[in-house]
Amino acid sequence: MTTTDAPPSSPAADERVASVGLLKRLLVKPELGALVGAVVVFAFFAVQSSVFVSPSGIANWLDPASTLGIMACAVALLMIGGHFDLSAGVMTGTSALTVGIVSVQFETTIWVGILVALAITLAVGFLNGFLVVRTGLPSFIITLGSFLMLQGLNLGLTKLFTGTVNAGGIGVTDGFDSAEAVFASTVTIAGQPFRIAILWWVLFTALATWVLLKTRFGNWVFATGGDEVASRNVGVPAARTTITLFMTTAAAAWFVGVVYAVRQTSVQANVGIGNELIYIVAAVIGGCLLTGGFGSAIGASLGALIFGMTQQGIVYLRYDSDWFFFFLGAMLLLAVLTNRAIRRYAEARR
Amino acid sequence: MSETTGTPPLLELRDIGRDFGSVIALDGISTSVRAGEVTCVLGDNGAGKSTLIKVLSGVHQPSRGELLLDGTPVRFGAPREALDAGIATVFQDLAMIPLMAIWRNFFLGSEPTRGWGPFRRFDAATAKETTRRELLAMGIDVRDPDQPVGTLSGGERQSVAIARAVYFGARVLILDEPTSALGVKQAGVVLRYIAQARDRGLGVVFITHNPHHAYPVGDRFVLLKRGRSLGDFGKDEVTRDEITSMMAGGAELDELAHELERPTPPAP
Repeated sequence: MTTTDAPPSSPAADERVASVGLLKRLLVKPELGALVGAVVVFAFFAVQSSVFVSPSGIANWLDPASTLGIMACAVALLMIGGHFDLSAGVMTGTSALTVGIVSVQFETTIWVGILVALAITLAVGFLNGFLVVRTGLPSFIITLGSFLMLQGLNLGLTKLFTGTVNAGGIGVTDGFDSAEAVFASTVTIAGQPFRIAILWWVLFTALATWVLLKTRFGNWVFATGGDEVASRNVGVPAARTTITLFMTTAAAAWFVGVVYAVRQTSVQANVGIGNELIYIVAAVIGGCLLTGGFGSAIGASLGALIFGMTQQGIVYLRYDSDWFFFFLGAMLLLAVLTNRAIRRYAEARR
Repeated sequence: MSETTGTPPLLELRDIGRDFGSVIALDGISTSVRAGEVTCVLGDNGAGKSTLIKVLSGVHQPSRGELLLDGTPVRFGAPREALDAGIATVFQDLAMIPLMAIWRNFFLGSEPTRGWGPFRRFDAATAKETTRRELLAMGIDVRDPDQPVGTLSGGERQSVAIARAVYFGARVLILDEPTSALGVKQAGVVLRYIAQARDRGLGVVFITHNPHHAYPVGDRFVLLKRGRSLGDFGKDEVTRDEITSMMAGGAELDELAHELERPTPPAP
């Protein structure tokens, strides 16, 4: 209880509660499991490898964590809102390929390609959300459909326009330098260049957390995911909330796709496929419930951090990288079990 | 109808009916709800109570008949419209999100905000303080507004839902079987809140299948059976036993009593 100006009659010390201790307050936070996990993983690799904690090592594992983290944040919001987006991975590819095809084949500046990519991904996101809201079908099925369709379109249209299975030549388009500055430059700290995407990741996480916890929309996200019928009954615009969440995920896919296109300057038609499950894994490790209504953006970002540290850490320890996915799967199971136990403990003990 | 005084009732139903395809779920329902009075809607399972509430709260639209608010005919296309007109419904499933904190639930759909433009945010401090104050005013002492609604007891949840409706300026409060899932003590607590809401000048529609809960707190009684009205009575026109007997269908109940009697052993 934080009320300092409580009237004297208010029972400050209620005999029914011993006092909600700091520990219990921490335990109900969805991101606690991921935080503990991140610390343990960091310690595990830091003890065995000095490269892991050197500036170049840190830059190396923050890099994959950043693009994954941007997606994981958006996917976490969507999952809290009660839905999945299996097309999120392939949509990053759609975005990157659109940048390449539009700016190279149609000889425009890269910014036109970037804007067209934004329009296309937002349209796909809207369509996903609209179909889910309209049909009432599980988003799993709807987005599985759009996932497969986009996979086909990515390949088919890339071949149609370029005659090959990749869209290259992005590096010589007009406006590339300014786009590189925004999406793919580096910032040098302590003599070590860090990718700008890391900064974007931190900003996105902060923004997503703020929206989730401090705005009306955030309240609606939790409510829609917790009980859609009930929230509609009290006047929450559940349909609009759901569509907005799908479009947010699409916007994140756009951003990550553009980052990829500008970094690589040549995009393979199959890029992004398979990543959608990793976004969900990161969100779940971060404390999101599969049933919706509970979770956190910071948690999802910590999940992404665990992913990045493990992926690079295994290389530094010279383990066979085949073990990576085994480790990720074990981490996922552990996270789900821990989160469940924590929530039960926290709710039962009130 | 008992008193036909000058002021029109808050809410009046005239021959309301509702069909679902070829099923006549509700037909010829008339009653009124006055400020500071409790109108009880009684009926057994399947009598049409839930359909009636859904018509009143804007979830369904009536197929026949008229709904009058302050004497003027109204038509609600969506729950939001009924809510804006001051008709708040506490649904059986409570329209609360178990995993969310009490204060978040309290303001769900009508969150207070501060700041402007992109910086407009949910005013959490005001929300928490108001929740605590409003619940206290209803005599509900929540331990911690931050606790999830899922950790509250059934009676406490009902009370929070009622307090929420009262706070948001409801003039008519519709309660869908608020006592049916509760134990004797908890039901008593909820009945007390109904009386409180009435004393604050609200018109209350109390739906129940339990005459023992309805009679002490009610001013008017509408009895439903198989979608039709068995009558609309003032408290002075009917006794508890009459209500009970009408609900169970008087003659049917006598027959049942007869059936359940022990067969008298044949005389030796």
